[in-house]
Amino acid sequence: MLLAVCSIFALSIAAPFLHRIAKDYCAPLLALLPGSICFYFISLAPRIAEGKPVEEKWEWVPSLGANLTFYVEGLSLLFAILVTGIGTLIVIYAGGYFKGDAASGRFYSLLLLFMGAMLGIVISDNLFALFVFWELTSISSYLLIGYNHKDEESRSSALQALIVTGGGGLALLAGFVLLGMAAGSFEISAINQSGPEVVHHSLYPLVVIGVLVGAFTKSAQFPFHFWLPNAMAAPAPVSAYLHSATMVKAGVFLLARLHPSIADTPVFVWTVSIVGAMTMLLGAVMGAISTDMKRMLAYTTVSILGCLTLLLGVGVESALFAFGVLVLAHALYKGTLFLVAGTVEKLSGERNVKHLGGLFSRLPALGIAGSLAAMSMIGVPLFFGFVAKEAIYEAALKATNMSGLWIAAMVVSSALFVAVAILVGIKPFFGPEVRELTVKKAPALMLVGPLMLSVLGFAFFFLPDLLGKYLIHPSSAAVIGDANIIVLKSWHGLNAVLGLSVLTIAIGIVIYRFLPKLGSVSESSFAKDPFGAISVYERSLAGVLRFGQWQASTLQNGYLRKYILLTICVTTAFAGIVFILHTNWKSLHLTFDLRVHEAALIIVMVAAVAILVRASSRLTAIVALGVLGYAVALVFMLYGAPDLTMTQLCIETLSVVLFVFVLYRLPQFIRLSRRRTRLRDAIVASCVGALMACLVLVASSEPADSHLRQYYSTKAYEEAFGRNVVNVILVDFRALDTLGEITVLAVAAIGVFALLKLRPPADTEGAA
Amino acid sequence: MTSIVSLPIVIPLATAAGMLLVRRNILLQRVIGVVGSAALLAAAIKLLYVCYTEGIQVLQLGTWPAPFGISLVCDVFSGIMLVLAGIMSLTTSLYAVADIERRRTAFGFYSLLHILMMGICGAFLTGDLFNLYVWFEVMLIASFVLIALGGEKPQMEGAIKYVALNLIASMILVAAVGLVYGLTGSLNMADVAVHLRDVRQEGVVLGIAILFMAAFGIKAAVFPVFFWLPASYHTPPAAISAVFAGLLTKVGVYALIRTFTLIFTENPQLTHAALVVIAAATMLSGVLGAAVQMDFRRVLSFHIISQIGYMVLGLALFTPLAIAGAVFYILHHIIVKANLFFVSGVVHRLRGTYDLKKLGGLYATHVWLGVLFMIPAMSLAGIPPLSGFWAKLAIIRSGLEIEAYWVVGVALFVGLLTLYSMTKIWAEAFWKEPASPGPIGYASTSGLGWMVVPIVLLAAITVAIGLGAEPAFEVATKAGQELVNPQIYIDAVLGGRQ
Repeated sequence: MLLAVCSIFALSIAAPFLHRIAKDYCAPLLALLPGSICFYFISLAPRIAEGKPVEEKWEWVPSLGANLTFYVEGLSLLFAILVTGIGTLIVIYAGGYFKGDAASGRFYSLLLLFMGAMLGIVISDNLFALFVFWELTSISSYLLIGYNHKDEESRSSALQALIVTGGGGLALLAGFVLLGMAAGSFEISAINQSGPEVVHHSLYPLVVIGVLVGAFTKSAQFPFHFWLPNAMAAPAPVSAYLHSATMVKAGVFLLARLHPSIADTPVFVWTVSIVGAMTMLLGAVMGAISTDMKRMLAYTTVSILGCLTLLLGVGVESALFAFGVLVLAHALYKGTLFLVAGTVEKLSGERNVKHLGGLFSRLPALGIAGSLAAMSMIGVPLFFGFVAKEAIYEAALKATNMSGLWIAAMVVSSALFVAVAILVGIKPFFGPEVRELTVKKAPALMLVGPLMLSVLGFAFFFLPDLLGKYLIHPSSAAVIGDANIIVLKSWHGLNAVLGLSVLTIAIGIVIYRFLPKLGSVSESSFAKDPFGAISVYERSLAGVLRFGQWQASTLQNGYLRKYILLTICVTTAFAGIVFILHTNWKSLHLTFDLRVHEAALIIVMVAAVAILVRASSRLTAIVALGVLGYAVALVFMLYGAPDLTMTQLCIETLSVVLFVFVLYRLPQFIRLSRRRTRLRDAIVASCVGALMACLVLVASSEPADSHLRQYYSTKAYEEAFGRNVVNVILVDFRALDTLGEITVLAVAAIGVFALLKLRPPADTEGAA
Repeated sequence: MTSIVSLPIVIPLATAAGMLLVRRNILLQRVIGVVGSAALLAAAIKLLYVCYTEGIQVLQLGTWPAPFGISLVCDVFSGIMLVLAGIMSLTTSLYAVADIERRRTAFGFYSLLHILMMGICGAFLTGDLFNLYVWFEVMLIASFVLIALGGEKPQMEGAIKYVALNLIASMILVAAVGLVYGLTGSLNMADVAVHLRDVRQEGVVLGIAILFMAAFGIKAAVFPVFFWLPASYHTPPAAISAVFAGLLTKVGVYALIRTFTLIFTENPQLTHAALVVIAAATMLSGVLGAAVQMDFRRVLSFHIISQIGYMVLGLALFTPLAIAGAVFYILHHIIVKANLFFVSGVVHRLRGTYDLKKLGGLYATHVWLGVLFMIPAMSLAGIPPLSGFWAKLAIIRSGLEIEAYWVVGVALFVGLLTLYSMTKIWAEAFWKEPASPGPIGYASTSGLGWMVVPIVLLAAITVAIGLGAEPAFEVATKAGQELVNPQIYIDAVLGGRQ
């Protein structure tokens, strides 16, 4: 399993190089790998049908609960075969689609990256491993949608898809972590065996929100549906593969895979059913009123995804059975139609159904594939789509709640499908020629995929036993257990379900007849953005950006004085409030034993500060600052630190002298600030001073027992051989500090030298 | 064995001093710079190995017993940080060969870089609060001169803002250290941690804790005191802003983690709860700022802030997994962020501008650069299986485990916006067609190899600690265990004597 995934990733890395060597033969060569992996999975079918899942375990990041464990049961197998099988055909198709495009090596690389990741999703047992692959599909989808990267629309569609699925992915991650915590394991197989544990856990509501948002965004459920039609900016192979057959099904796959552990609550059932039904109807209506082939197919894909979601909500055994049948049928006919539409567009440059017609004579093989797929989509007997349609009606009939409503919704959307199928699959080939189109010849590589898929959609009708036994039944058994075996039949005889099928086709043909009369509906604002989901997305993105702009320009406003003010205010206010609230003021004993000379010193300092801040010339300010410094030196003196006093006096003298030298070169001092600003600054500064004073006062009320002082005064002479304790501290006890400070001075010297001497060369001034 | 603890300080100092002697010989300076960095990296790796296998290494300088002299202490956390410093030193020295022109080299770029490294390594190693302040001063003066070196106008404006706001942080720090000394009569961190428990006035301890939080918060650039970072980091040459962006702000985070796991742990309901709020605001504010920038390096600069928020969040959640997550986050982030700045430098070399509006078309002409950008960019956005994903997963999981749902929500939302702004750079610089085909400003491809090698190296590390996250995460977990049990550190420094 790991080998299968990793070999695809390896091929993804090798693809650009291989493409450079093999040129146009590259695609069939690349297809060999997914093809053989597909056969490998098919060969597992008999074993899995017997109820023996294939497991594989590799340790990855066990500290975080992430391991590469794989667990392939029926559901995984069905999806794995689809991912690799259709993937093989898509790679071959791309060989024709990108014929002669020298840069298409990148395309294969991304496509294979996606394929490996998608395969990883469907076979992973570990939630985190699944998530890793999940996100990789989002990223590769982003890069593939934006493949035509020079086009602005491609880029914004790619971003939209990434934001929606990526955002959902993050919710999913939270959901996964919570699910693992609730179930006590991060392995899906273990979680599913934990029975009702998850459902009754207090975290369950959050788990459901996370998982559903993740699944709904990925599977384009309402109201997150809008990214999928826009993703049609991607090249045809991408639309067919990612945005129809595989990636968009990851969401419903996940819900099915987790179904045993999380589905058994009314919240889940109702949310999933209603969202599914709404999406199904919305997609079908939108598909029918669109005229762009790819958008029609995209919307009907949305509709099918809604139907799959609804089936999971209905949740009865026959619903999960129908789920498997529909996944298979849809992959076959929709894959074909996407490839047909892509080929038509590539060869004729036209993808508006109104302008297409009469192409059968020039593209016969494509016409056969398209019409076969359309018949399957319509649900004509003798096609696998018919079997699928019967199965979903059957499931809706057996639903425990609201059966009638679900049936009505299914019939309406299926009828609309009929119209879409005729418009996309049949009319372009057999309809009247609308206008003269220059059509190129179809390369053989582009025909393999559509023909093969459409023929399978025909052939599978005749193989119900085989498919039922090895694919469909194991897939539903994986979700719901195999209490009763439903047998896949192609023909159920004349019953209610068949009646519904006939009714569907009849209504569908009527709709097809009336559709042209609707005319301009596809141009209406509803058609462009039903229920305003896109505008919600765009407005919230714009809102976030506007808020970001506002806060960036408010906070990062470019004024250093405002930065300093805010920094000091925040620090002082925060520290001050915490300090005041948590100090036990009652137990505080402060003694003020102030002597006359100390009081005099304080008066001198206060006066110096007053003169300093009110000074109108720089010289006065410097002198006042010097007075303040000398007063501090005297404080040191009073408290018995003569060496510190000496140092302080030297520094003060030196700095006053230096300042005077600098002042000489400075322009006239002008007071630019307003009185209010100065008042504000005075208040802030006083608060800072008050806070520091209070902190020191309270700190000094604690019994100070500096064990260092005793040690230094004895050891300084005994062991460090110095009489001056301060000097010994500086050069011995704490020599590293001194080394650091010397370095600071040295660097400052280099800096001054460089600032004076190193000027930018004239031509780069202002260029940076 | 313990004497190797001082090597990460001695090697850069010796390297810097050696280069000052050959000031006029550019070639020799470059050689010495690269060799010195390699030696630093080797010493750091050795030290981390010793710490990991044998426990915390302590060197009492001058053999004065703690708490009387200065202790150099290396636990696993310090060891990891030193290795990262070594990696950054080496890659920056290589990158600078092509990125830093002769005139800047002649005026001491390399010696300043290594003095900066000395300060950073000193801060990672010291077990003494005042000594930590000294190392911050060394870093500040070295980084100030590095930002200003070259004397271009935007550089000077950025440098003034940088130094002014950082001096305020230093002032707050030294005041707080003084208060701690007044309260406990000690500067040795382990000793301070022991003695602060006996202080009866809780208010003053908490007040001091907030002052430390503010000082290191400014250095780390958290909300709302990050102004200096976006004002300055985009102005110097790419090599300089890369080492600043990667390493320098993380020293502030390191100091926050060190002090708020070792010293101020008595009242986490207040201090760490405050850190949760700060972390959330930092993440949001940074990413919102990044989302609206249109300059390559300004986008990246705002992202530093946002990512600092994640690291602080790991500290704030204060569980073993969260702290391990924070350590892993730092480890991942330094590599990734520096690499993105390196890439921006190459883009500038090729196209002559950092302006995203004027850039474009690089995907068509330089696919390899696109890949080299995508690896760190996606890792930054937390896309699996790259390193950023595991970092984010650890933080998010520990947040959910202690039911801090709202802040996890914020973290996830910020992840989405990070992805948004990374794809913005991608779409603007790589995908879209440029407005004009030729380079906008001065562009040259000479010596490009020197710039690409470090990028490839760092990208390889990102991929390696993403795909093989377990060993790296184990080391981070060990660091986290030591941090949540401060007694291990205290015993190692004070020798079990209290």
